[in-house]
Amino acid sequence: MRLLNRSAGRLSRHRRGPLAGLAVVLLGLLMTGGLYTVFSPAQAGSAASSEEQIAQGRELFLVSCAFCHGQNGEGLRTQQGNGDETQFGPTLVGVGAAAVDFQVSTGRMPMSRPGAQAPRKPVAFSDDEIAALAAYVASLGPGPAIPDESDYSLEGMSDEERQQAITNGGQIFLTNCTACHNFEGSGGAMPRGGAAPQIRGVEPRLIYEAMLTGPGQMDSFSNGNLSPEEKRDVIAYLGSMEDMPNYGGFGLGGLGPVVEGMVAWVFGIGLLVGAAVWIAAHTTRSTKKKVDA
Amino acid sequence: MDTTKVAKTNATTAATAKKPNRAGAVAGWADERLGLATAMKKNLRKVFPDHWSFMLGEIALWSFVVLLLTGVFLTLWFTPSMGEVQYNGSYDQLRGIHMSEAYASSLRLSFDVRGGLLMRQMHHWAAMLFVASMMVHLLRVWFTGAYRKPRELNWVIGCLLLILGTLEGFTGYSLPDDLLSGTGIRAADGFVKATPVVGSYMSFFMFGGEFPGESIIPRLYTVHVLLIPGLLLALIAAHMLLLVYHKHTQWPGPGRTEQNVVGFPMLPVYAAKAGGFFFMVFGVTALMGALFTINPVWKYGPYDPSKVTAGSQPDWYMGWPDGALRIMPGLETHIWGITISWNVMLPILILPVVMFTILLLLPFIDAWITGDKRDHHLLERPRNAPTRTALMVALMTMYGLFWIAGGNDIIAIKLHASINQITYFLRVAVFVGPVIAFVVTRRWCISLQRKDNETLLHGYETGIIMRSAEGGYSERHLPLPESRAYAIAARDRDPVIDGHPGAEVDANGVPAPTGGRLAALRHRLRTVWYADNVQKPTPAELEEGHHHAEHEHELQAPVEGHAADGHQFDGHHAVEDEHLRSH
Repeated sequence: MRLLNRSAGRLSRHRRGPLAGLAVVLLGLLMTGGLYTVFSPAQAGSAASSEEQIAQGRELFLVSCAFCHGQNGEGLRTQQGNGDETQFGPTLVGVGAAAVDFQVSTGRMPMSRPGAQAPRKPVAFSDDEIAALAAYVASLGPGPAIPDESDYSLEGMSDEERQQAITNGGQIFLTNCTACHNFEGSGGAMPRGGAAPQIRGVEPRLIYEAMLTGPGQMDSFSNGNLSPEEKRDVIAYLGSMEDMPNYGGFGLGGLGPVVEGMVAWVFGIGLLVGAAVWIAAHTTRSTKKKVDA
Repeated sequence: MDTTKVAKTNATTAATAKKPNRAGAVAGWADERLGLATAMKKNLRKVFPDHWSFMLGEIALWSFVVLLLTGVFLTLWFTPSMGEVQYNGSYDQLRGIHMSEAYASSLRLSFDVRGGLLMRQMHHWAAMLFVASMMVHLLRVWFTGAYRKPRELNWVIGCLLLILGTLEGFTGYSLPDDLLSGTGIRAADGFVKATPVVGSYMSFFMFGGEFPGESIIPRLYTVHVLLIPGLLLALIAAHMLLLVYHKHTQWPGPGRTEQNVVGFPMLPVYAAKAGGFFFMVFGVTALMGALFTINPVWKYGPYDPSKVTAGSQPDWYMGWPDGALRIMPGLETHIWGITISWNVMLPILILPVVMFTILLLLPFIDAWITGDKRDHHLLERPRNAPTRTALMVALMTMYGLFWIAGGNDIIAIKLHASINQITYFLRVAVFVGPVIAFVVTRRWCISLQRKDNETLLHGYETGIIMRSAEGGYSERHLPLPESRAYAIAARDRDPVIDGHPGAEVDANGVPAPTGGRLAALRHRLRTVWYADNVQKPTPAELEEGHHHAEHEHELQAPVEGHAADGHQFDGHHAVEDEHLRSH
């Protein structure tokens, strides 16, 4: 106590000094700021920029998406001439940022025209714009967020665990995915002009988002359905297939027996019939003149 | 007569043959025991006519040899068992997974046996080529009329080879027990079950209980490596023996008649050609096995009835019934608690049987309609039998459209088309397409016949444009070389069909017996068969054509040999020792 009194006394000697006022003001400001940071609501700081992002997203949305999805992402139903109602664009309330990131960063949205299939095409927005759109749609209702890389990377796993993940992923892939996407992820046909796209060579984040949100005719594999670890394993399996050398030679598009049959006929039979023609054209001759034998 | 071994003197000791050389000694040793000389003397010099299309069947023969060789290799490692094992081989993605021994040994063959994957792929490619070359050969035989008497039975044997080859292929690609082959067996199970009344019994008999059971792979293996190959070998032997017995058909040409065969002898020419061709077939198969992935079983994973993959198709030769199944509307009848699945039965159980029966009977149908019971050893050009050619083209069109239907999903994704639209289109096209193909081909053949006649009568177009004194232009025609003209004209005159059976009345005014309704049908068919046929020119017409040409030559005589020089290099003439005139 004595020590404290002494130091307080020493400080007190400066209380009328020229810099005392300035120091007190600075101290006050620091304390106010500090206390505010401690006690204020946590998101208040990011709220300003997020709100900005959402506003920017809304601007973009109104220009590029609202025509089909409605001004507030409520979806659009149109009346056909015969009185039937058609879904023009589905509602985006609750689809989450993951769906937006998947659809827009693969160029599938905005669609160039309505149809059975939204094909992958050049991306129309910059990364910031996609993030803004995602933030806006996410603000419409709770939905899956854009997955983080840590969700699907095998970082920090032992070799054995990785191997286990790949094998496990292969089984999940063959059970849930190959029926539409083909055994090599080469894609397959869906009714009425739709198609399950090729998923070989697609970025892991997009595959994860597709599983999470079920774009187009695809089922959505929620976390209750396929746990995040299982999703990670599927991605690990697909990655391992890409790293794998083509043991059998050219893969022929990984489309199965139709292409194999075509190669047998065009290449095999083509070459062998050519060989037959060649053999028949080269025969023993007694004269140099070509004979009609 | 060989007189070297006959005694030349009246000496007291008998004449003895000189000591033969080593090869002769071996041949003599074998001949004394096996009597080879008699057989060889005739067959080593057996003559075969030369044409590329006669070697198409050989592709099938040689790919069958490749199949035997690679197949034996595969049997050394393949385990035809459905016993469950845990995979511990070197393919990472499936390590630790439970699977059948058949699949595990297929993986072992692919990854752990040296050269195993190459052998597997060669075996599979050779199988594809085997069936494909049989079909190409079949088309050649049909289009040239080589199936006619006396070769109808060899056609039947060939058809049996084709269907056995197809079954052999099916049993083969079902063996690895991967997801694709298991799906194929599941489909086969469904087809069997679609048989009314006895379907489920047959299925249980086939699988030794409920699908998939544990017996199907061992059973298919026995069929694949023993039963069908044995039958194939026997039928191939019969096919070849009949070929030797009948002698090979040949194209008409100078010196070639129904009574002879013009060509080169077996030894040395054909032995070298056929032997060389074997190595070419082997080489192409090895090239394909080394370069192109076929049936990557490791990617399909082990079969599990709960799984399926997009792009599940059979190999190409089973593709057309699969296509028929794909485009068949879903018709079913329910009577007395029994379901008759027309949607499976019609395209898979009835259609192939009907098509195969038609194929088998084609030579007999042809002979019945045309009434042609003569022996034929000279071939016909496809154009000279327009209806026959058109009939096969119609069948090919139907086959091709079913084929397209079998790959409708791949076509849909590659052409960004709707699989439904493709299916609707094909449902109509498989009926309309063959009709259009028939009409077009027939008219095409007839036009070609007309063109042949034109060339025979008025010569070929030389491309030399002549200007007359009046300033008119005409193209000069020159007669075909003799041998070429002979080859074109050496065909039978088609019978002229007119009137109807029973129109003939004998001297007493009694009409000839009509032979009933069947004969009437046959008459109608024969009328259609030969309708609009173009007969080859008669000798009188040819004579007149030649006179006409000579007359034209006379007219053109003043310009003969001027300015038009060089046109003898038109490919129709021998130009040995000819030189362009220097101006």
